[in-house]
Amino acid sequence: MEPLDQELDEAELEMPTEPMLLNVGPAHPAMHGTVRCVMELSGEIIEHVDVQVGYLHRGFEKMCERGTWTQVFPYVDRCNYVSPMLNNVGFALACEKMLGITVPERCQWYRMILGELARMSDHLTCDGAMAMELGAFTPFLWMIKAREMIWDLMEEETGARLTHSFGRVGGMASPPTEHLKENARAVVAHILSVVEECEKLLLGNRIFLDRLEGVGIISQEDAVSLGWTGPCLRATGIPYDVRKAHPYLRYDEVEFDVPVGSASDCFDRFMVRLAEIRQSARIIEQSIQRLADSGPVNVDDPRIILPPKEEVYNTIEGTIQHFKIVMEGIKIPAGEVYSYTEGGNGELGFYLVSDGSGTPYRVRIRPPCFLITAGLERVITGQMMADVVPSFGSLNMIGGECDR
Amino acid sequence: MSKLLVDLLNKKFPTAVLETHSLYGDETVVVEASAWKEVARFLRESPQANMDMLTDLTAVDFPDRDPRFEIVAHFYSLAKGHRLRLKTRVGDPEGEDVEVDSITDFWASANWLEREAYDLFGVIFIGHPDLRRILMYPEFEGHPLRKDYPADRIQPLIAYRDVPNIEKIAPFSVDEGMSFGRQTHSHPKKDSDDSRVN
Repeated sequence: MEPLDQELDEAELEMPTEPMLLNVGPAHPAMHGTVRCVMELSGEIIEHVDVQVGYLHRGFEKMCERGTWTQVFPYVDRCNYVSPMLNNVGFALACEKMLGITVPERCQWYRMILGELARMSDHLTCDGAMAMELGAFTPFLWMIKAREMIWDLMEEETGARLTHSFGRVGGMASPPTEHLKENARAVVAHILSVVEECEKLLLGNRIFLDRLEGVGIISQEDAVSLGWTGPCLRATGIPYDVRKAHPYLRYDEVEFDVPVGSASDCFDRFMVRLAEIRQSARIIEQSIQRLADSGPVNVDDPRIILPPKEEVYNTIEGTIQHFKIVMEGIKIPAGEVYSYTEGGNGELGFYLVSDGSGTPYRVRIRPPCFLITAGLERVITGQMMADVVPSFGSLNMIGGECDR
Repeated sequence: MSKLLVDLLNKKFPTAVLETHSLYGDETVVVEASAWKEVARFLRESPQANMDMLTDLTAVDFPDRDPRFEIVAHFYSLAKGHRLRLKTRVGDPEGEDVEVDSITDFWASANWLEREAYDLFGVIFIGHPDLRRILMYPEFEGHPLRKDYPADRIQPLIAYRDVPNIEKIAPFSVDEGMSFGRQTHSHPKKDSDDSRVN
């Protein structure tokens, strides 16, 4: 060790100038468990970053090619495990587009109610986790508790809390329960009160605001060129929402606004999500009013929909029909289709190629998260190391969807 | 709207456009692989097309066809609200010579999408700035979404990666790891202890 009493001008006071390589993830909590960032730091500033995904790759698209079309539903569930119902409905719509069928009106409203509840759960999770990562634990617990109410409702409707596999080509697995309307109203009212309370907790908090405002900015041109959609694109001020721009189901018959941001920073992304929860509540209320108490949920086509169990066990026609659908699968005409819906994080597309048999030839899931994560590099380059946490949190990367 | 776009491409590239069709409301244009980049540039820069977003880019494997692979891109214009599917066909039936020009110059999203198509299908995008695997690991053998990929076989185990310029010790050696599970530092007295036991 050098003596401490050296003259200052004799001592070698050299600051290290070479950049430091820092590896963050894939097992880092701020990386949500599945992304690895290799950063080149100069001091605390990120000079370059290499974002590496794929740690959660499970080969869904390959697995889809060996079952029937109906057997794809459990896979799309597990793509976005925060709002699986939106994926279910998105895939069902893609198949229905190829079959040229439209589900009955009651089913459309039912899908919209469940879908918007799933969107609420998606946004609650993202905003709650963002707050938690910045040290505000209470809003996280409150929001997750509210999300738990959505999942209880989903459990009552579908039988499963998280991975419902509830969608079917040509309808839903079962009709709405008789308590759906009152349950949904109660859940929505509770969520709105939670959102309001969390806003009061967070939006007056100087530390929270300072860490979000002006952080993680991306320009409109970059966001569009990167293929961003959903809340992240709307936070840049572009009001592109598939539900408004290309309405599907009955979204053209309900009134709702598309909230947009202006600064396209983390704070805007946070606020756009909160505002969308309120818009979802509006859609749910209107859908509940339009949802009929009785009527068919599934299309009336024996080639697509399984017959009721009494018929399967008691009539030969029912048995054959059941057997054909289960063993051979629903025959979707040969061709290709690109069907897109608004998922929790943006445009969720399905590019399906069918060869006319009961097995998908190719199922391509266009995941919104994949392209949003591709933009992480531009968002955090030039920022401080500590800004990675809110920037990454505000993008709401869902590993299952990004890596498939 | 997108019908006009198909006519426009037909007029602009009469020799390169192989076929066009419309299915379930999606307009599709199939072009020669050699014209892929030029058509993409036209879609990006022409004011009538104004495709500012490359929504999706992927490939489909048809092992019985020649050319074997279809490269499929979906474009969307935020300003005009129209969509177009652009396809090209590359590769011989053995799965070799699967090359097409990269369109990363026009859309930033093409970067990761092309890396994914390379990773899963083995499509080489000429001019891509950073063409390496994205979902699979670098040592992965083959391209899993090809129809002839042996999905019932397992991949070989890979050796510890030797990364240059990083001074790193192999995991779970005596020098690194959990203090409660293994010896974390060498004992200078170890030799004498051993000799005493013997």
